[in-house]
Amino acid sequence: MQQVFTKAMARNIFLGGAVFFLAIYVALSVDTWYRIPERDHADKLSPAVLQGKYVFDENNCIGCHTVNGEGAYFAPELGNVYKRRGSAFIKAWIESQPTGVPGRRQMPNFHLSQKQLDDLILYLQWLSNIDTNNWPPNIQG
Amino acid sequence: MKYQSQKVAKPYFIGALVLFFGQIVFGLIAGFQYLDGSFLFPGLPFDVVRMSHTNLLIVWLLMSFMGAAYFIVPEEAQTELYSPKLALVTFWVFFTAAALTILAYLFVPYAHLAAITGNAALPTMGRGYLEQPLPTKIGIVLVALSLLFNVTMTLIKGRKTSINLILVGSLWGLALLFLPAFYFPEDTVKASFAWWWVVHGWVEGDWELILGALLGFILIKMTGVDREIVEKWLYIIVAMTLVSGIIGIGHHYYYTGSPSYWIWLGSIFSILEPVPFVLLIAFSFKMLMQRRREHPNKAAMLWALATPIMAFLGAGLWGLMITLAPAQYYMHGTNFTAAHGHLAFFGAYAMISLSIISYAMPLLRDRTANSAIAQRWEITGFWIMVLSMLGIALALTGAGIVTVILQRAADHPMSFMQVQDKARVFFWVREFAGLGFFIGLLIYLRSFFIAGDYEYASEMKRALAG
Ligand code: HEM
Ligand code: HEM
Ligand SMILES: [Fe+2]
Repeated sequence: MQQVFTKAMARNIFLGGAVFFLAIYVALSVDTWYRIPERDHADKLSPAVLQGKYVFDENNCIGCHTVNGEGAYFAPELGNVYKRRGSAFIKAWIESQPTGVPGRRQMPNFHLSQKQLDDLILYLQWLSNIDTNNWPPNIQG
Repeated sequence: MKYQSQKVAKPYFIGALVLFFGQIVFGLIAGFQYLDGSFLFPGLPFDVVRMSHTNLLIVWLLMSFMGAAYFIVPEEAQTELYSPKLALVTFWVFFTAAALTILAYLFVPYAHLAAITGNAALPTMGRGYLEQPLPTKIGIVLVALSLLFNVTMTLIKGRKTSINLILVGSLWGLALLFLPAFYFPEDTVKASFAWWWVVHGWVEGDWELILGALLGFILIKMTGVDREIVEKWLYIIVAMTLVSGIIGIGHHYYYTGSPSYWIWLGSIFSILEPVPFVLLIAFSFKMLMQRRREHPNKAAMLWALATPIMAFLGAGLWGLMITLAPAQYYMHGTNFTAAHGHLAFFGAYAMISLSIISYAMPLLRDRTANSAIAQRWEITGFWIMVLSMLGIALALTGAGIVTVILQRAADHPMSFMQVQDKARVFFWVREFAGLGFFIGLLIYLRSFFIAGDYEYASEMKRALAG
């Protein structure tokens, strides 16, 4: 055994395997890159939507929430919140934070301008139309 | 320890333990905010506490990997470190930058921090684990470059063992895989796809190589087993890591907007990802059986043998549970993920760090091993932390089950906040287990303050008498 399977052979499997699968991964990623814009309607990424996305990121929303299941588990899913709640509710919700209900989980008030709020909601709307292979299983996220 | 310059590892290890302590304090606060949402609000909102917790985790792990590299590379290369002074300066830069970043999180609102650090020019903030403002991210790159320069120059002038090649190679990989942190596409689906290059690329790729190299080094030193055997095993293990893990990244692409073929690719390859962890267990116990010496540092041996087992449980078993697409359909982004994240990060990367610290710190303090009393404290801390972490993972798994039953797979699904209320008991269990973990950590840290070397003569007497 010792002589049959040498360290050099093990090393070559390692290097060969790494290069082989990396090459496959790169090829698949390129293909994915071309397909994503159809699946998420990238043509609808207007300047306002992108502004909304910036507001989303600079306030660290995924520090409490998930988007398509990624983020934190402290607060509800936002990938489909537009479909669950609609724009009027979302706007009123964000503006009325924090609830101050003792013991209940609190969301900060980010002091957003009307423009920021509108952009943010457009971004949430954009998120809600991504083809996620039918995830989440139901509207509750 | 054979080379004077290995001593620069010491501040890295101590710094890592200080940050580890901070990580756990924030974990306890975040866990408590699950139970009392008003706790410390609005001074410290949950997201601030959470990112302090996770970023401290990443930084202390990086710091102990660096300490390990400065300790191991010269010894393996059989030469002094290229520049100990650079390593020392780098430590202080790194530690200061980490501390300042956490202070900024705590005292500056995130949007304001983004505004004053140039995030608008090159947006990078607002992504999990990569929340750092731009200057900190650039600092991380500079620190990594300094490390890479130092260890690579050392490697070049010295002996090139396989352990050193794997270790230095994977440190290069670690730095390269951090670069996508500067790439934040405006398209959220693409951004998520690329985010996993860093996160999955690290924990299920590159870092497993670091884990293997450190474990191999410790086992060679402690068991005296022939290097050729150890290194052959290592290559097979890291080969399995990349063969399964590279395409296995597809398990993050099922439900985030990427094409459907990842459902098949991700499921098939990621189901193989536990294999390297099984091999790690087989490898370390084989080395234990074949050992040619009894090392007096029993605590380090315990850490080193327990690491692959806990890594297998957290990454292998808990990872497997959520990795197949039909299961993940219900479990994705629930506390199942948090259970897996905790047990895997602790079992694999926290524990390998504590293993190398346990092995190296006595040597760095000019001891053959710690005194028997200090080792008893350390081993007590070990058991309390390990068992508490299992408690945390089981509690979070319980919370995950509640979500799947009441929210994800229910005929009449309840809302998120209602379900969280139903899972409350599990969040209590998590917090108590977390307190247990904290006590274990204090006991572990206490062991460093016990003076004295390992005394062969008195231990021998005790063994014969007992
Ligand atoms: C006292 C012990 C601890 C407590 C109470 C605790 C608590 C928490 C909480 C509340 C979160 C946020 C979860 C969420 O988003 O809802 C979190 C996240 C996290 N913690 Fe801990 N933690 C503890 C120890 C640790 C340790 C020892 C590690 C690893 C070595 C760790 C690694 C992580 C990671 C990786 C995340 C992100 C998880 C994910 O995104 O899935 N924690 N922790
Ligand atoms: C030591 C190695 C590993 C570590 C430290 C680790 C850590 C993590 C963390 C922290 C997350 C959550 C990321 C987030 O914040 O969204 C995660 C997600 C995940 N991990 Fe791992 N992991 C490891 C190995 C594995 C392995 C071997 C598998 C498969 C067998 C696996 C399967 C998964 C899956 C499927 C998810 C996504 C869960 C979801 O959809 O919510 N992991 N891992
Ligand atoms: Fe992964």
